[in-house]
Amino acid sequence: MIEGRARSAGPAADGGEGDWEHFAHGADIGVRGRGATAAQAFEQAALALTAVVTDPALVRQAAAVSIRCRAPGLELLLYDWLNTLVFHMATQHLLFSAFDVRITDGDLEAEARGELVDVERHAPVVEVKGATFTELVVRRHDDGRWLAQCVLDV
Amino acid sequence: MNREGMHRDGDYRWVIEPTGDMRVPAVLYADEVLLDDMDDKVRWQLCNVASLPGIVGAAYAMPDAHWGYGFPIGGVAAFDAEAGGVVSAGGVGFDISCGVRTLVSACTRDEIAGVQAALAHELARAIPAGVGSTGRLRLSDREMDAMLTGGARWAVAQGYGSSDDLAHIEEFGCITGADPDALSQRARDRQRDEMGTLGSGNHYLEVQCIAEVFDRAAAAAFGLEQGRVVVSIHCGSRGLGHQVGTDYLRDMVIAAPSHGLQLPDRELACAPIRSSLGQRYLGAMRAAMNCALANRQILTHLCRESFRRILPGFDGHLLYDVSHNICKEEMHDVNGTKRRLHVHRKGATRAFGPAHGAVPEAMRDHGQPVLIGGSMGTASYVLAGAATGEALSWSSACHGAGRSMSRHQATKQWHGRTVVDELAARGILIRSPSLRGVAEEAPGAYKSVDRVVDVAERAGLARKVARLEPLICVKG
Repeated sequence: MIEGRARSAGPAADGGEGDWEHFAHGADIGVRGRGATAAQAFEQAALALTAVVTDPALVRQAAAVSIRCRAPGLELLLYDWLNTLVFHMATQHLLFSAFDVRITDGDLEAEARGELVDVERHAPVVEVKGATFTELVVRRHDDGRWLAQCVLDV
Repeated sequence: MNREGMHRDGDYRWVIEPTGDMRVPAVLYADEVLLDDMDDKVRWQLCNVASLPGIVGAAYAMPDAHWGYGFPIGGVAAFDAEAGGVVSAGGVGFDISCGVRTLVSACTRDEIAGVQAALAHELARAIPAGVGSTGRLRLSDREMDAMLTGGARWAVAQGYGSSDDLAHIEEFGCITGADPDALSQRARDRQRDEMGTLGSGNHYLEVQCIAEVFDRAAAAAFGLEQGRVVVSIHCGSRGLGHQVGTDYLRDMVIAAPSHGLQLPDRELACAPIRSSLGQRYLGAMRAAMNCALANRQILTHLCRESFRRILPGFDGHLLYDVSHNICKEEMHDVNGTKRRLHVHRKGATRAFGPAHGAVPEAMRDHGQPVLIGGSMGTASYVLAGAATGEALSWSSACHGAGRSMSRHQATKQWHGRTVVDELAARGILIRSPSLRGVAEEAPGAYKSVDRVVDVAERAGLARKVARLEPLICVKG
């Protein structure tokens, strides 16, 4: 299990850290983000997405992309968020390592920061085809912390 | 896999009779070893498929079945529009029209031996592969529309390959009914610089040697001779197809209640074939299939050019090109009546038997070539569709070995450099930009393809024609 912990750029209610991990899916791979807020869990899930391709620590913050998504429900919003990142990664040949997500009433506004793929330095493992509905969960636990996860098709 | 409630029907067929919401049985083709290795989620997913409206016959799992998205990978299901049948974006998946094509050359293994390293280097240089790779082509909107409706025929008209290739491609290189207007702008944008690219993950271009012939008559008709070199290309519709899957899965999940559909799993997202959404998806999916056919045609051209730089006079003619992630409209015999069905094959290969009109004439007596991909270091196979296949699985067979462990487990067990070195010691050259990617795709992370094709043959899904062994593998 690859996992990581990073102070999220997003507003965390308790100022705590988010974390992410991968989980196994037969042919592919699951991404799971946790945080003090749904926004922070989304940021961590996005870091887990990058980690499927390369080590996020290798990705400099040299370029920024603004993203807006709107969906009926947080789970569809996570689907849209991750798939919008996949779209920008594919069309602009970018990798992202920092995210600032704000979620208000089904609207997501975000900035994703990263840089162009450098095959030598990043040694990218695999391209992500898309985020799926498989194991798609966004949930607030009893302790108040948020979980955001789904399986990626790679 | 838990066998509770499952009964055996012959040596290689296992049946789960309908319970709960299932409308038809679930049928798995496997021997005891493959069945025991299958995840219980395969069973759960197959039973979910069996509950979809308008399904005909049974929901089938091929011998290489494993946990997928909505449908198991290795899942086959047919739906009748007249009976309220559905088309499922989840049943096709993200990699629309992913498939294999194989070129047959007159070169022998011995002729390749002296130039193997140079050829590997040249192919790795010329075939765009891996994250961030781009093709040479940049299509305008009008050119992209032409590609989306023309498929491999469009590519041949642009100078990629020859018109002789077209007779040896599923749908003769171009599926009708493609609707470029059903694609989002994002789908088009994702394809802007990806024409003629291989992709990554389990996609590859592999130079192989025909190691063994099982059916001499079929092999002769297919042009396969022991010791000859062939090239197999495994890839799909690239970013455009991935985005079509993303867009329509979302639309179908949201629209399901308005179609009266209660999905047991959101990833089974579907719409009635006769609905506006169902028709739009079919138009977009067929456009993506044409994109995949055009993409493999361009890669074929690049491959031939590379070979000729190293081996002047190389002439790789196309054996066949067939997809294994697609929904096709086909006529099938259902209890003595011909019915038009929408057959979903998710990680399963169409395998028409002898005498079928869709099979190229020169090979028609033997059945359609069925191309089974290996897993970097293991064998691949050429099978032929069997006459018995229609009644067993809507003329479908397996598509590859199928993973036996996750990517994480694979990276824990193998280092990419070790895998590359060990394969090189066996005479197999791997070229990939990512050693972690090589580790994730290590041959040991897959089931035994030999057992999978043996079971496919014994079950009557297809017949073995030839076994191919890898010499060079270019991976993304």
